[in-house]
Amino acid sequence: MSTQTEVLDKPVVKSEPSEAAFSKRRKKLITDPLNDDNPITVQVLGICSALAVTTQLSPTLIMAVSVVFVIVFANLIISLLRNLIPNRVRIIVQLAVIATLVTLVDQVLKAYFFDAWKELTVFVGLIITNCIVMGRLEAFALGNKPYDSILDGLGSGLGYAWIILAVAFFRELFGSASVFGVKVFELAGIENFPTNGLMVSPVGAFIILGLIIWVQRTKTGYVER
Amino acid sequence: MRQSNVYVIAFSAILTVILGGLLAFSAIGLKPMQDKQVALDTQKKILGAVMELKETDDIPAIYSQRIESLVVNAKGEQVDEVDGAPVVAEDIDVGKQFKTPAEERLFPVFKYQTEGSNQIDAYILPVYGNGLWDNIWGYVALENDLKTVKGIVFDHAGETPGLGARITSVDVQERFRGKKIYDEIGELVAVRMVKGETGDPSIYGSHEVDGLSGATITANGVNDMLANYLGYYKPYLEKVSGQAMSGIDNKHQPSDV
Repeated sequence: MSTQTEVLDKPVVKSEPSEAAFSKRRKKLITDPLNDDNPITVQVLGICSALAVTTQLSPTLIMAVSVVFVIVFANLIISLLRNLIPNRVRIIVQLAVIATLVTLVDQVLKAYFFDAWKELTVFVGLIITNCIVMGRLEAFALGNKPYDSILDGLGSGLGYAWIILAVAFFRELFGSASVFGVKVFELAGIENFPTNGLMVSPVGAFIILGLIIWVQRTKTGYVER
Repeated sequence: MRQSNVYVIAFSAILTVILGGLLAFSAIGLKPMQDKQVALDTQKKILGAVMELKETDDIPAIYSQRIESLVVNAKGEQVDEVDGAPVVAEDIDVGKQFKTPAEERLFPVFKYQTEGSNQIDAYILPVYGNGLWDNIWGYVALENDLKTVKGIVFDHAGETPGLGARITSVDVQERFRGKKIYDEIGELVAVRMVKGETGDPSIYGSHEVDGLSGATITANGVNDMLANYLGYYKPYLEKVSGQAMSGIDNKHQPSDV
């Protein structure tokens, strides 16, 4: 049972209560979405925000943390309610839970990270429509226990996070010649590093995302059928 | 049972109440902090027009020490209260005022004082207008001669990144420093961004600055915004400079205005 190798988009077999907190199967819940089943590069979900927020690293980091938070808690809540949710209204229940969490994130950002909030509020609102979140609820949380759902959410969230952070790293490096706002090229003694305007626009994100997918698929041998 | 209409309705109702309650609770709980942040942001912007702020600066302290604010109307008269309620310059939403006719608008004025005295170093005036995609706004700081731009900050809601959004960059805002808003015969001309961008500040006169290549419409928005708002403030500015010239000198107390 713990050797399940299928894609995790189906309800998983019920686990024994004695299963280790980080059994092989549960580790896979986290590690699969990081690479082999990455929500952005393999499932091609959540592209919109990956293109929009990744001009600089620090807002991207906040966006990544917000998405991880929303996925994990939405997964947990839906999983806890999975035996109570009437089938006919499950999508709207999922939406209501996601929207509530996203609004909470937005309010907290406004109160404690105002500058980032100003920049991100539009995109934070759009987490509601981020297909990754709803996809995990529908595909996993509705059919699995809370703990597994948390792990699954964490995996998908981190899979999303590292990709957008990687894209943001290159975009900020070549577009603004800095990393987390630190002018690295000036520190390295290279004055007047020619910044690339393309990297500042969403087109740059497309190109970098394409390159990441290329490298990743070369390594994993994944082919779309 | 789980599929019956009654169950669905009851479930939805309970869920709505719980989630709604949670949101209401968090909104009220976070409100004071959010208001503080909004106020801090405004102060940062206002001070940013006249001085460079560091991360570590205690902005509210600097603000309360150095800034004296008042509100004027389009005729240049000071407004202390509206409908019996006192008017606070910091609470005026320039963006909301922008939607009302100019004659009815309230215009906040922020006076920046030199350290440790009441002498006015600069007048900081909020401006507001339309960019290409959405609104743009900013603060113009005038030297105490009321003719020279001391500094300027811009912000925007949705200008194109890398093009129109460059109005928020320091090197674009620096271009305005030292420009004159009145011409030789004393007419208000404001400062214009020209079409096209040469990167050479020396070729422009005292009422023009280098433009934004690829963002002419945003630049025109900036021009209109400056011309309009300096026009609205003109009665006030001329009243103040008139007082200054008639021998009172510009050490006048804020209450004189």
